[in-house]
Amino acid sequence: MNFEFLFANIGDLTVTGLSQGAIYALIALGYTLVYGLLKLINFAHSEVFMMGTFGALFAWQLVGLHENNPIPSVPMMIVYLLVGLVGAAVWSGVTALAVEFVAYRPLRRRNAPRLVFLITAIGASLAISEAVGIATGRQQFGMPDLFKTTTLVTIGDAHITNLDLGVIVAAIVMMVVLDQFINRTRLGRGIRAVAQDSDTAALMGINKNRVIVLTFVLGGVMAGAAALLYNLKIGVTRADIGFLLGIKAFTAAVLGGIGNLRGALLGGLALGLVENYGSALFGTSWRDVVAFAVLVIILMFRPTGLLGESLGKARA
Amino acid sequence: MSTGGDAPRRSAGGRFVDGLRTVDERRVAGLAGIRSRWRALPLVVRIAALAAVAVFFYLLPNLAIPLIPTPDTNFASVLFTVAVYVLVAVGLNVVIGLAGLLDLGYIGFFAVGAYSVAIFGSPASPLATKYPWLMLIPIAIAVSMVSGVILGGPTLRLRGDYLAIVTLGFGEIVRLIAVNWSITNGQIGIPNVPAPPGKFPDGSPLFGVIDTRPFYWLALTVVLICMFGVKLLENSRVGRSWLAIREDEDAAELMGVPSFKFKLWAFAIGAGLGGLSGALFASRQGFINSNSFDVLTSVLFVAAVVLGGAGNLAGVTLGAVLISYLPERFRGAAEYRFLFFGLALIAIMIFRPQGLIPSRRRAVELADRKREAEEEVTAGA
Repeated sequence: MNFEFLFANIGDLTVTGLSQGAIYALIALGYTLVYGLLKLINFAHSEVFMMGTFGALFAWQLVGLHENNPIPSVPMMIVYLLVGLVGAAVWSGVTALAVEFVAYRPLRRRNAPRLVFLITAIGASLAISEAVGIATGRQQFGMPDLFKTTTLVTIGDAHITNLDLGVIVAAIVMMVVLDQFINRTRLGRGIRAVAQDSDTAALMGINKNRVIVLTFVLGGVMAGAAALLYNLKIGVTRADIGFLLGIKAFTAAVLGGIGNLRGALLGGLALGLVENYGSALFGTSWRDVVAFAVLVIILMFRPTGLLGESLGKARA
Repeated sequence: MSTGGDAPRRSAGGRFVDGLRTVDERRVAGLAGIRSRWRALPLVVRIAALAAVAVFFYLLPNLAIPLIPTPDTNFASVLFTVAVYVLVAVGLNVVIGLAGLLDLGYIGFFAVGAYSVAIFGSPASPLATKYPWLMLIPIAIAVSMVSGVILGGPTLRLRGDYLAIVTLGFGEIVRLIAVNWSITNGQIGIPNVPAPPGKFPDGSPLFGVIDTRPFYWLALTVVLICMFGVKLLENSRVGRSWLAIREDEDAAELMGVPSFKFKLWAFAIGAGLGGLSGALFASRQGFINSNSFDVLTSVLFVAAVVLGGAGNLAGVTLGAVLISYLPERFRGAAEYRFLFFGLALIAIMIFRPQGLIPSRRRAVELADRKREAEEEVTAGA
């Protein structure tokens, strides 16, 4: 175990951990929302995210922004970011909806056991990632550079780049907006009501299916945002990235308390940190083992997560 | 549970769902007809029929039946692969089909078995022993069973879907250890995995690389023995406890079934069978590396059990044959196999969740839930 390396680089490790964790957190929202509502692990959510990375890429190509283009001016950069966000969010949202309509809805009508849902979700995940893999020739696609990565601030030995800061801030803003949406708006109240008691909610005049559709769209849009940030940060995408990120995001959701929106943020950031510290300690090739070990340990000792499961308990 | 058959059999979805169900029921009835006719036969006839089927499978690589052999690869080695998949499905069926525990990381046990033979048997490994192959196989089974207990002990108290994710994590951890650990040697792998003993009269090894038929016959024998054993278990006290746990764990516990203990047994036995199939696989390959044990293959294992019909030995065998044989037979379409099996999983879960050859009990369980849902809807409307 390499403690020296860990302590020498703790600042940088923290910054990258937080920015990776922010992406996990945004994906984790999709798991948490659907789980809070339907008690269903939407295993296909990882592919919703993967589709988002391609959605942003297509949108950029559509407006003529390619991998090797020079770095655009600031106003153009903002336009491109918005274009990418819209592309990713639409693509992800549509994928999430398609999974709900094709795979889950027929099962719900039949009151299928939980494991049937999970197997269907795995089938959907496999089918989507393979379909994209075949369509893209299983190649890796590079992303255009939208801005030059520079170090903004140095605190101690931590170099905070504009990219990391942007990712963290964007993720937190998205989460706050979603949190307010769930807590303050009529639609959000509907979601919480269905999560709490779907039969009673239906009696109170809430259209359950519409709420479910809305939840899948919300999760999809958040995954789209995560996909855009991932594109900016990692710079490449492939058809098979979904699995690993998906399971890490699920770990984040469980870590924070699945069904709990604020838990997703906390869990994501915590997992990002643990993973980075762990890979500094044990070597980078063990990084994913650390993440999986966290998942197993959390589920064994505190399956309700750090903050508890609570989408239904009126407090998101 | 159900309030009886004379409840109005209307469904929420309207005529389409109704039509679907009658087709469904007719199919189940047809299978039940075959099944009861089969049971009505005298025992001698049944044994003779099964023996004839077994003999047919033993002779399969020597028969020149049109269309079945694979044009692009050695037919006997394809048959060996199919037999290994069937063994995997038989083992996974204990976990998923009988005890109702969704294990997505079954490849982990397969890998543990394969690596056990390689690590303890290959002269290239630092932990090599002098044990003969026939000793290595029980060691591999034991190591896999222990890993099953290690995984199952802390996690089997978890709810079903959490358990599925944890097992997925376990499978991935095993693969990552195989990639990173110095002894398993990652992608470079372990060469010279020992093969079963035995020589032809002319001195060449019985289990060589050129003629793979002995391997197929060995695997087929193991499969038949394991199937027989699992069938005996299924009809024993242990098997009945598994079914009770699958149908309703709380009720089973109330009836005095120690559910945790039996779930752990299911896990250990499943793991042992997975390890055995991995050991056979490694012996045949003669070389293993971490590439053979990815999660997609694990999902494929689950697909084999679920598509064929969890809980029914004939069903899971059919599932395993489909999953392993089709991509080899239609080599050109092998690229599309994961896509195809992914879509097949969705379709099967929606239209025929009991699988192609269902276990009758499971089919009844699922139909029961469906009827409850429909009664709820009609009562509410």
